[in-house]
Amino acid sequence: MAVITLQRKPLTFAERTYVPQILSGLRTTFKRLWRPAETLEYPEERPAIPPGYRGVPTLVRDPNGREKCVSCQLCEFVCPPKAIRITPGAVPEGSGREHVEKAPSAFDIDMLRCIYCGLCQEVCPEEAIFLQNQYSMSGYTREEMVNHKDRLYELGGTLPDAHHKWDKKQAAAEHGNAH
Amino acid sequence: MIDFWSNLHPVVQGLLKGLAVILVIFPLAGACSLAERKISAWMQRRPGPNRAIVPWFAYVPFLGRFLQRLGVFHLIADGAKFLFKEEPMPGHVNKLYYVLAPALAMMPAFATVTVVPFGAYFNAAGDAVPLMLANVDVGLLAVFAVSSLGVYSLILAGWASNSKYPFLGGIRASAQLISYELSLTLSVVPVFLWINAPGTPGTMSLAKVVEFQSLPGFWGGTWFLFLMPLSAFIFLVALFAETNRLPFDMAESEADLVGGFHTEYGAFKWSLFFVAEYSNMLVGSGVFALLFLGGWNPLPWLPLADFVGWLHHLTGAAWTIHPLFVGLLSIAIFLGKVLGLIFVFMWVRWTVPRFRYDQIMKLGWQKLLPLAIANLIFYALAIALIQQSAS
Repeated sequence: MAVITLQRKPLTFAERTYVPQILSGLRTTFKRLWRPAETLEYPEERPAIPPGYRGVPTLVRDPNGREKCVSCQLCEFVCPPKAIRITPGAVPEGSGREHVEKAPSAFDIDMLRCIYCGLCQEVCPEEAIFLQNQYSMSGYTREEMVNHKDRLYELGGTLPDAHHKWDKKQAAAEHGNAH
Repeated sequence: MIDFWSNLHPVVQGLLKGLAVILVIFPLAGACSLAERKISAWMQRRPGPNRAIVPWFAYVPFLGRFLQRLGVFHLIADGAKFLFKEEPMPGHVNKLYYVLAPALAMMPAFATVTVVPFGAYFNAAGDAVPLMLANVDVGLLAVFAVSSLGVYSLILAGWASNSKYPFLGGIRASAQLISYELSLTLSVVPVFLWINAPGTPGTMSLAKVVEFQSLPGFWGGTWFLFLMPLSAFIFLVALFAETNRLPFDMAESEADLVGGFHTEYGAFKWSLFFVAEYSNMLVGSGVFALLFLGGWNPLPWLPLADFVGWLHHLTGAAWTIHPLFVGLLSIAIFLGKVLGLIFVFMWVRWTVPRFRYDQIMKLGWQKLLPLAIANLIFYALAIALIQQSAS
């Protein structure tokens, strides 16, 4: 590490009067005056959300409109602020998905606790929970800030699914191949 | 109408005229605060205030939207808010002085307007008659004398608040005002040395200064800005300091003193300080325009009389030389210059960072004051030589 000694030049007379600097500063601000605004007028104009954004966690359905969550509760266990609470239940008889065995009968995410870490999405074996684009949560009461199951599905919508894991399992079982 | 007006008692006439001027200055000061917000927003590339709108006004097709985007209704909303807000009175203040201070801030701000001419018309003989509330010979001296009383309101506010930050703000404000007042006064002396030639009746009237800038010929029509640029510069810098504007806003310096001398004030009392500050700016800009920018003369070397003559020649209409039209035209020209200067105030505010307190004192006493004195000596000698050779 070489030590570089900087020579501090004495200010010239013009610099000591501040005037040229102030004039050039005035020119800069005057030019800025005519530029269009950089800011977004928020509620009407929304920022473009980049891909990979981690917004509000949501539950998604598969392309056939079936719920993907099997209430394994891994997200509930991994959630650092304990924002997720799942009440496991059975898949109702006659839905054609009895082989999945379990589905959440209640799924609550307390958005006052959620820290948007994305661990639930990372840990989910069914690719059922995703942090998506929504970034603005507001409510008048604490109860309003808890996202229940129907709200989570409403926010999540449907995402494309490359695997169709449970369809394949069902097909394999029907052909006598359990795995 | 004219008869009714001239039959009124002079005191009533004066009161009505004063009221009219106050009714212009007060909203103008409010409009300046809006302009401040908008200009600062544009310079920082924000849209600025643009939301408030009176419900039924939203239906006016183009104008309603335009005024909303301009933020005009924020001005009304802010004014109404200050009127109807709860007036907080801290328990630890000296109540009399605490209430007195904002009123005392308004008084000099409005009182100085009386001697500032804001337009002129030509009487039957063709002489320019300045439009002003009190055409007195002390003129500028009265402005300086009365406006320096404004410092008492800052001191009172700072002291009556019985709190550290307002106290510091008041002290700083008074020190700053006193140190820059010297340069301010010295910088305009050359102007009055020039217009008070030996053998003529002496005057400090601002209208006389404008009269000198509307004389025919090259030297007669020159604005004093070109004749005495250094005086104008010193006056402008000192004016920034006198009106507590950035880069000299030591009195408020919200970064280190919360709000300065008016920290403990709220609601209407606070808005009085605010309006007083802007009124001071308006009067200061007016004085600058009169002294150095030719007052109501539209362009350098183009006096109002010639301008009106051209208008009359071009249009051939009789109303162009009617005193009422000429008066309104001169007021518009003068007001345009004042508002241009107000823009410069705001422009500088968003360009130059604040000076430190010691820098302000150094600049005032060690740079500006010697400069003002040297400027005065130079012009005194020059004017003596010129007037001696002329006579």
